[in-house]
Amino acid sequence: MNLFCVGLSHHTANVETRERFAGHPKTDGVLRDSGCAEALVLSTCNRVEVYAASAARVPTEAVARCLARSGDKELSEHTAIFYRYEGADCVQHLFRVAAGIDSMVVGETEILGQAKKAYESARSSGAAGPFLHRLFQRAFRVAKQVRTHTEITRGSVSVGTVAVDLAQKIFGNLAGRKVLVLGAGETSERTARALASRGVTDLWVSNRSADRAEELARSMGGWAIPFHLWSEQCREIDILITSTSSDTPLLTSQTLEPVLHQRIDRPLFIIDIAVPRDVDPQVNELEGVYLYDIDSLQAVAEQSLALRRQQIIAAEEIIAAHVVDFRETLARTFNRSSQDSDHSSLGETPLRASQL
Amino acid sequence: MDRHLVTISTLCFVAAIVRTIVELRAGMFRPARFSFFAIAIGFIFQTAFLSMRGHALGRCPLTNLFEVFIFLAWSVALIYLLIGSTYRLSLMGAFTSPVIFLIQTFALLAPIDTPHARKLPANSWLEFHASMSMIAYGAFALACIAGVMYLVQERQLKTHNLHSIFYHLPPLDTLYAAITRLLWWGFVLYTLGLVSGFFVGHPLPRIQIVCAFAVWILYAAILQGRHLRRLAPRRVAALCIVGFSAALTLLWGITFTAQMYSPP
Repeated sequence: MNLFCVGLSHHTANVETRERFAGHPKTDGVLRDSGCAEALVLSTCNRVEVYAASAARVPTEAVARCLARSGDKELSEHTAIFYRYEGADCVQHLFRVAAGIDSMVVGETEILGQAKKAYESARSSGAAGPFLHRLFQRAFRVAKQVRTHTEITRGSVSVGTVAVDLAQKIFGNLAGRKVLVLGAGETSERTARALASRGVTDLWVSNRSADRAEELARSMGGWAIPFHLWSEQCREIDILITSTSSDTPLLTSQTLEPVLHQRIDRPLFIIDIAVPRDVDPQVNELEGVYLYDIDSLQAVAEQSLALRRQQIIAAEEIIAAHVVDFRETLARTFNRSSQDSDHSSLGETPLRASQL
Repeated sequence: MDRHLVTISTLCFVAAIVRTIVELRAGMFRPARFSFFAIAIGFIFQTAFLSMRGHALGRCPLTNLFEVFIFLAWSVALIYLLIGSTYRLSLMGAFTSPVIFLIQTFALLAPIDTPHARKLPANSWLEFHASMSMIAYGAFALACIAGVMYLVQERQLKTHNLHSIFYHLPPLDTLYAAITRLLWWGFVLYTLGLVSGFFVGHPLPRIQIVCAFAVWILYAAILQGRHLRRLAPRRVAALCIVGFSAALTLLWGITFTAQMYSPP
């Protein structure tokens, strides 16, 4: 039995090419048209892959044809972008994919859910048999172990989630914290919503256009305040998200310092997403103030990504050990079952360890 | 012979430190149970030492500077085991082990384990006074450690330069709450120790009383500054470090004078 994987991903194909294959492929179609004993299609926005087991070698072109949209005349131009992994390489590739090492954003965990969904779909349709069952169950285990024993999922890698994570590192529980959104732009709205999803309920919006402030406040269950009164809120708020189109800073050390004396034991987290910036950078020097502009949020996201990349070596070690173990376990299991009966469980020739 | 128990317990704290360093260098630190268990085992050996020494002396083993330091290290471990995990500050173990290691290593290397010239009679008030004060010192030590953690975390947030350890440190708010509670625990226990000192049955040297009150006033001032909102959290954290360093120095003075002016 040959275990193999044929697919394309963000490493080998641009989005224009990927969309020719993504979305529509069905496992049973692949199973029927390519002649595989078992097959599973993993289709996400960044990859389309077929994991399959077959008695005889199935050409890459045959699998690619199954994945292509019907009537795709230019298929022959794209077959070069398909990669193919066989045996142990296929096992290793799936483990890397499930652990998020092969993802565009290293360490993202969404892929594991997508792999589980693909497996569930193949299992319920009967397309995944004992080989793929063992392979995917092990892949899920490996992914969990990599997550637990490395820092590969640590830190946020997008500006919005970085801001929310930083807020939690300052305040701990966000419930009961007061947030002021200054300037009802799209990014500040997204950040405010992310904060609301982590427990913030006391949300205030201030905007030059009062209608827009009212609208945003209503949609988030908060309150609107007139733009000329926003600075009075600085005494009470814990988090300030600002993204106005002002040409000059709205908040400086001179204006904020007197307010801070009245709230000496309460930190103030300022997220300045505006360009040009709404808050004078000197404000960060004030005691108890943590100011992050768009560049510093981006820098934190990049630091997290770099931290995740450092973890790849440790993750690869875990994966390598599992690949060896999986090879041995699978060979032992199927060799034993072939000795116990005249026919192997799949009705195929017994699996040899060397094949995996 | 009983000093071997201190050596073994010190090795337990070394193990916790080494493990933390290795994990931090590999960039994959986990506030695992290892530190907790290493400190717990070290604590058992410390307890065994104090028990053996106390049995031999027929009183609470606080008769020389060596015993005082081991008792202090024991108090730090005790407060950590009791409170550290409660406040979910598992990383505190990574910071606690080096402090205990330094105290015990100094105690083992310095020629301070000098036997008392004569066997002192047991005095329950004196022992209560000394042991309460030492446990209070343990709480102050933990407040100092939480203060270091606060400053490390705060510095990273201020400079926008986040290291692997950032993700394992508790939020500033949680650390500040822990500092406050530890300060209160230490302050209450220290006050009990101080008050019981007036019942020991013989007058204490004036320098000892002055040192003890100096420590009490120092922590009372920190707590007052915190509760009257006169001090920013960062300053409270920094003062916990300054306060414990000063208290440790004064403890030396108190023990030294206690040895000099021991009652006939």
